[in-house]
Amino acid sequence: MKLDRTNKIRAGLLIAALILVIRLFTIQIIDDKYKIDASNNSMVHAVIYPTRGIIYDRNGKILVGNKVAYDMLVTPKEVGEFDTLALCEILEITPEFLKEKMDGYYRDRRKIGYRSVTMLTHLPPEIFMKFAEVSYKFPGFRGQARNIREYPYNAGGNLLGYISEVSADDIRSHPDTYNAGDYIGKTGIEATCEEYLKGEKGYQIFLRDSRNRIESRYKDGEMDKEAIPGKDIVTTIDAELQHYGQELMQNKVGSLVAIEPSTGEILTLVSSPGIDVEMLADIGKYYRQIASDPYKPMFNRAVQSAYPPGSVFKLVNGLIGLQEGVLTPETHYPCSMGYHFGRNKLGCHAHRSPLDLQESVMMSCNAYYCYVLRNILENDKYGSIAEAMDAWNRYVKSFGFGRKLGSDFPSELGGTIPDSKYYDSVYGAGSWKATNVISLSIGQGEIGCTPLHLANLCATMANRGFYYIPHLIRGTENVSIDPKYYRKQYTLVDTSYFPVMVEGMYRAVNSGYGSGATAAVAAVEGLDICGKTGTAQNPLGDDNSVFICFAPKDDPKIAVAAYVEHGSFGARWAAPIASLLVEKYLNGEIGESRRPLEKRVLEGNLLDKMNIKGN
Amino acid sequence: MNRLTGRGVMETIDWRLVICYLLLILIGWMNIYASIHSTEPASIFDFSCRSGKQFVWIVSSLGLAAIILFALNPRIYESLSVPIYGFTILLLIAVIFLGTEVKGSRSWFSFGPVSFQPAELSKIATSLMLATVMSQSGFRMSNMKHFLATAAVIIVPMAIIVAQSETGSALVYVGFVFMLYREGLSGWLLFIIGMAILLFILTLTSSAYTSILVLAIVTTLCSAMYYDRIKSWLKIYLPSFIVLGLLPFLHDKLSGLTDNPEAFILKVKPMYIFAAAAAVSIPIMAFKAFRSGGAFRWLAIASFIVGVLFVFSVDFLFHDVLQDHQRKRIEVLLGLKDDPTGVGYNVNQSMIAIGSGGFFGKGFLKGTQTTYGFVPEQSTDFIFCTIGEEWGFVGAAAVIFLYVFLIWRIIADAEQCREAFTRIYGYCVAGCIFMHLFINIGMTVGLMPVIGIPLPFISYGGSSLWAFTVLLFIFIALVRNERKYF
Repeated sequence: MKLDRTNKIRAGLLIAALILVIRLFTIQIIDDKYKIDASNNSMVHAVIYPTRGIIYDRNGKILVGNKVAYDMLVTPKEVGEFDTLALCEILEITPEFLKEKMDGYYRDRRKIGYRSVTMLTHLPPEIFMKFAEVSYKFPGFRGQARNIREYPYNAGGNLLGYISEVSADDIRSHPDTYNAGDYIGKTGIEATCEEYLKGEKGYQIFLRDSRNRIESRYKDGEMDKEAIPGKDIVTTIDAELQHYGQELMQNKVGSLVAIEPSTGEILTLVSSPGIDVEMLADIGKYYRQIASDPYKPMFNRAVQSAYPPGSVFKLVNGLIGLQEGVLTPETHYPCSMGYHFGRNKLGCHAHRSPLDLQESVMMSCNAYYCYVLRNILENDKYGSIAEAMDAWNRYVKSFGFGRKLGSDFPSELGGTIPDSKYYDSVYGAGSWKATNVISLSIGQGEIGCTPLHLANLCATMANRGFYYIPHLIRGTENVSIDPKYYRKQYTLVDTSYFPVMVEGMYRAVNSGYGSGATAAVAAVEGLDICGKTGTAQNPLGDDNSVFICFAPKDDPKIAVAAYVEHGSFGARWAAPIASLLVEKYLNGEIGESRRPLEKRVLEGNLLDKMNIKGN
Repeated sequence: MNRLTGRGVMETIDWRLVICYLLLILIGWMNIYASIHSTEPASIFDFSCRSGKQFVWIVSSLGLAAIILFALNPRIYESLSVPIYGFTILLLIAVIFLGTEVKGSRSWFSFGPVSFQPAELSKIATSLMLATVMSQSGFRMSNMKHFLATAAVIIVPMAIIVAQSETGSALVYVGFVFMLYREGLSGWLLFIIGMAILLFILTLTSSAYTSILVLAIVTTLCSAMYYDRIKSWLKIYLPSFIVLGLLPFLHDKLSGLTDNPEAFILKVKPMYIFAAAAAVSIPIMAFKAFRSGGAFRWLAIASFIVGVLFVFSVDFLFHDVLQDHQRKRIEVLLGLKDDPTGVGYNVNQSMIAIGSGGFFGKGFLKGTQTTYGFVPEQSTDFIFCTIGEEWGFVGAAAVIFLYVFLIWRIIADAEQCREAFTRIYGYCVAGCIFMHLFINIGMTVGLMPVIGIPLPFISYGGSSLWAFTVLLFIFIALVRNERKYF
């Protein structure tokens, strides 16, 4: 075929046709993009939101439930003429707000197209019902029911956490689970149990036309999916006790933690000041206020704050001394207003002398524990003080100190317990002695632990030598928890050494005023409370008031740790608070004789003692 | 002197064309039904919907075809072409003042439920007029007077149609260029005009960079072909053009990686690299041209430079001199921006519909895109979407094949004719159908801008179906006449 003009035209025709066919081949067969688009285009997945799981307390009371609120949706394309003032009145908004919104929709009309946008959220049913009666007057406006959280008790705001709309990061990290506008637990139990609570979204598939008009059900609903409600969570919290604990801690800064020693279940965990549940329900509104509060109510001090434990820690040193064989219950040490070494002195309060081990616990003698720690660290068994220090460190850590306990709080703090390496770096290798670290003996110095650590120590004392990892979520048939929570955790100290220390704790509380016992204020008749006070130095002001106690002595039901910042002596604030909590839990109410004490605690205000910058 | 060959109807009519025509209108009818098909199906004969109406148009078209084939003497067209052409021009002008306004353009006459577009008639009239003018004995394309007369026949109706704001319909007249080429129009002239149009559109739709790249490829390739140096072109130029072609994508990717607004990569635009490459290679080429004394090389360099100036001036005029509203008007005129509500919506929807068809399609009446009315103008300009979605690649390619076969047959028949009138008219018909085919399908698959012209024989609409029927059957009748007498 020669290449005359006719054939050139023919060739051009074939080339043109080939271009079209290749293009068709590309978009119909090679490129998947258009197929995916097609099903998005014509099918509407109307999402059915599952109800979120309910959070119960240990006694089956609802801590967090659900209630219905309404979102106001607007489809700008469908909005016609309407009485703006009437709408404002019904929805309780200002005309300016409405005008601003409508102007905004007009500006974005291309972007919005036929879609609906949310104008208001969290309308209570009363307001929505008023609107629903006259909704025909307002074309383009409609309400959409949504489940929001409801809190029957003002208990555990910090523990429960809040839910809010998913962030871009949430969507990015779980692209299959969340879509924009979904809610997700952000903090506390709502966050840790998100997987159980959230449930599974369902959907109904509709076919729609290009104007977003719904035409019919796709395959008569055959492919629809029911929403699966979220699973309920049972917490170990006692709602009443938690509420009472919050009242006791009101206007004080600190924490109050109660554990059931026989299970490790957390009965109460108060961080004060905390978040009111009222604010949780509508966190968006209060977020700014909470975030800018100088007392940092979002900060869960009970698990995130590292404090020096103070004299409470003497229990640990005593137990280590017994285990190491450098101390017996009969060992007596003198105290003359403190422990003297070289030209220095570690002071103590006035009490009789010398004391044996039980009495040292009862009267909280500082000097006694200086001898004990010194004997531990200068034990001939070890080649050097560094080795002895590391042995001590191992003992202390076996009580859970200096590391994360492994509770189900995601943000738990590990705290610090020093070892030889630490002091080598401070003083230089080999150039420090027991006297350099002597304040460890009374729980001062380089020790940092959380109130949860202290409560756990208390539970260990109550159990005479072991603890269960404290936890907040109870295993149920729906919700499985880590089996580690069911295992006893033994310390490196033999259980046979505990009873003598417990006896000391008993005498600290129950020896009566005038005996020299430090915690007589905590005594409740018939409850056999065992406790240990602590007064921890706080460089910012008054000492911190610390107290741990459990009761009853022989069949412990509750172990409490109270830590009140700037509360001065352990017996002043922490001991009353902890003992009141114990009394409330075991007796259900506060005895007549202790009412004045309760009144004093409830009315006590220590917020002024906080040294807050700018205030 | 004519003499009868004595061949009967069966032999003289090109039945392949007729069968092709019948297949196409049948496909059209089925797909119009599919495209209006919704969740509440109606009968294909329901006269209240488009498939029923189209049935009426089809029956009447067949009637028209029969009249043209059997009742009218094909001789009349040559003598009637002048009055028909004149009448059409009058109608075209009249419609500007008397027509009903549809989507911003006055190009339709409405008589109750029936409306009629003179532009459809003008394709036939212009084709006949061209055939008449150009088949005069002594007609020479190289004669300036004759050439201008021919150009006037095409440009007058074209200009009036543009004045009606029906730029798309006017574009169809470009199809007559194929006929002009066949009849002796200079290939180089065509080529230069074609390049200018291509560069103009590319500059506006894509970028100056792309236009200049295309220009460079074309000029170097021409030069290489002229000197028979294709091999060295493939070795040296092609790879560098591929690199330059990929440069903007690479640049995009790389600049996406950096957050620094001062980054080096953001300052080096692909155009600078291109300019550097040109600054190096043009002197080398000039040196070669100087040494070998090749006039064509000089020509290539000169046309490249002229082309670059052209592209930049278009780019500058369009983006910097013109006001926003003027630019928009040009964009709409060119079909770059069709509807003010959503640029690209139609094409995107149409590509989704076609793309979702896959290899075998979703099956008749099973298309989700088409059934739910996502594609606008679906039974008229975007009918090909329905075909693509419901019949898949197989069906869509088959339809294109049918058209190619039809056009091929028309060209073949035209070439066999002894009378210049029939041949020229045949090429006009082929050119018209081809332009409609390429623009329409090109538009639905996103190759061409949105230009609202129908797919011949398939799209819904009486005016268009009648016009194409008449256009085609006059040719079949002319061919039949030749076969009868020669």
